[in-house]
Amino acid sequence: MNISYALFFVAFSHTLLNENTMNAPLPIADRYKSGVMPYAKMGYWDENYTPKDTDILAVFRITPQDGVDAIEAAAAVAGESSTATWTVVWTDRLTACDNYRAKAYRVDPVPGAPGQYFAYIAYDLALFEEGSIANLTASIIGNVFGFKPIRALRLEDMRIPVAYLKTFQGPPTGIVVERERLDKFGRPLLGATTKPKLGLSGKNYGRVVYEALKGGLDFVKDDENINSQPFMHWRDRFLFVMEAVNKACAETGEVKGHYLNVTAGTMEDMYERAEFARDLGSNIIMIDLVIGYTAIQSMAKWSRKNDMILHLHRAGHSTYTRQKNHGVSFRVISKWMRMAGVDHIHAGTVVGKLEGDPAVIAGIYDTLRETHTPQNLSHGLFFDQDWAGLRKVMPVASGGIHAGQMHQLIHYLGEDVVLQFGGGTIGHPMGVQAGATANRVALEAMIQARNEGKDIWNEGPDILDKAAKWCTPLKAALDTWKDISFNYASTDTVDYVATPTAS
Amino acid sequence: MRITQGTFSFLPDFTEDEIKAQIQYALNQGWALSIEYTDDPHPRNTYWEMWGNPMFDIKDTAGIMFEVTACRQAHSDLYIKINAFDSTLGFETQRLSFIVNRPREEPGFGLMRQEAQGRNIRYTVRSYATDKPSGSRY
Repeated sequence: MNISYALFFVAFSHTLLNENTMNAPLPIADRYKSGVMPYAKMGYWDENYTPKDTDILAVFRITPQDGVDAIEAAAAVAGESSTATWTVVWTDRLTACDNYRAKAYRVDPVPGAPGQYFAYIAYDLALFEEGSIANLTASIIGNVFGFKPIRALRLEDMRIPVAYLKTFQGPPTGIVVERERLDKFGRPLLGATTKPKLGLSGKNYGRVVYEALKGGLDFVKDDENINSQPFMHWRDRFLFVMEAVNKACAETGEVKGHYLNVTAGTMEDMYERAEFARDLGSNIIMIDLVIGYTAIQSMAKWSRKNDMILHLHRAGHSTYTRQKNHGVSFRVISKWMRMAGVDHIHAGTVVGKLEGDPAVIAGIYDTLRETHTPQNLSHGLFFDQDWAGLRKVMPVASGGIHAGQMHQLIHYLGEDVVLQFGGGTIGHPMGVQAGATANRVALEAMIQARNEGKDIWNEGPDILDKAAKWCTPLKAALDTWKDISFNYASTDTVDYVATPTAS
Repeated sequence: MRITQGTFSFLPDFTEDEIKAQIQYALNQGWALSIEYTDDPHPRNTYWEMWGNPMFDIKDTAGIMFEVTACRQAHSDLYIKINAFDSTLGFETQRLSFIVNRPREEPGFGLMRQEAQGRNIRYTVRSYATDKPSGSRY
């Protein structure tokens, strides 16, 4: 070919734009003539297709290049994420290719976003290997995101069929069993990330852990980039931390834990660290999202085998989840992580320092915690999703939250969540223990009030002030942080219309 | 020391009315209440003694409180907690659990350290209360 493929693509689409027959399938002899033809004509668009219960469904937000027809763009995404290449190949005819072609079956303009379209695509179950997030994602997001005729592309949501879900182990522990192991019910769990996150020696690090746990937290956490650096090698950290955890346990009579981050450069190193954590009696380990989907699944299987709770820090996710015209939504990442099998995942706070629109966060939390999530466009959930008995993932709210927001946190996030106050514990003017106590008292007072039927959304500040009258650490926390909030517009919000007749 | 197991251990001990309010909340959710007591509050002592079966069929706060009071009279110097069970799909577990009675003296726990290979230490949390035989611990 003498002209560039992209140009041809645009030109070809243009010429057919106003013809009713542009997307109709071709007679078979014409379909397999050598050369290039629109993806829609190759069989990747079928507006009459009814998705099967066993199909994997995806909805993409597509921003086509100028002049590229939306249906052709959708068909191209379907093609490039399944069987297609840029030109016709006769070897298709050796296969049941109709079966293997993903089918774009619906394209809707995005409300309020000119030039963007929601494209619905169905994939046959046979396209995917059982129990492999790597295989699933290599198809769905493997090639298409850099495709020239498309200016930007975002994977908004997926429907994973029960048949495929049943090939995944899911969370090694799950919310129910985690609570039963910890003997903690009826309230969110409380955590904190040790600060400063880099530089402390093992002994000084363990001091922070002990103080926070004795003061009332359930968990303390390594940060995402604490692995094994010159100032603190991993074995040293693990040994001092477990002294702190066990001592706090004896001092309070409660089960306590610390997420020991086993993230390392190789799987062999991660297994070695996880085994050491297990041998020291830790009830929880931690990994970072950047280790990759296969490594996450391996650690999930290891954790199930070793009765370990598995905490996932979503390090790196904002590089592809935050901008709503391009990337993968965190809803989808949450689905993949529930399948891959993690017990905890950082999933947003709404009120803290990090990105989090209330409706988007609600959709993510439902995805992690419900046994069945019905379609709810206002929360970004495009499909009904039956979780097929896969265990529930505990969301973790972390990043710029403090005791003075307790009523808002419970209002938005509910009960099955870990609230992590890092600076809000360690930065307390009276010390780490007092910081932890302030958070625990604020939490228990708010749960008590909620259960008594109080309107915590409106009465929250009064409830906290009342508890602060007898709890000096809470008073000091409220005095220090009560006016701190992070009010910025969210970048990742949901685009939908409430009713078809509106606006 | 004051052990801090249970949903509300960081708050001052609940009054009768405050206990009733939590029971009413659990009943409103459709949960079944139960009462358990122990003289060994070790954090991994999962099975406290049951004060009868969970009260699946008692739907009024007064009826539950009657049993709480009876348990407190019989075991005034032991730990007593109220649990609420949720039998709905996806939970089928406890949803609330809080202590409503404690011994006058809470002796707490010791931490035993066994030096093992390398710098490893094997930890055991031991209830001081269990130094004495069951029945004469408080």
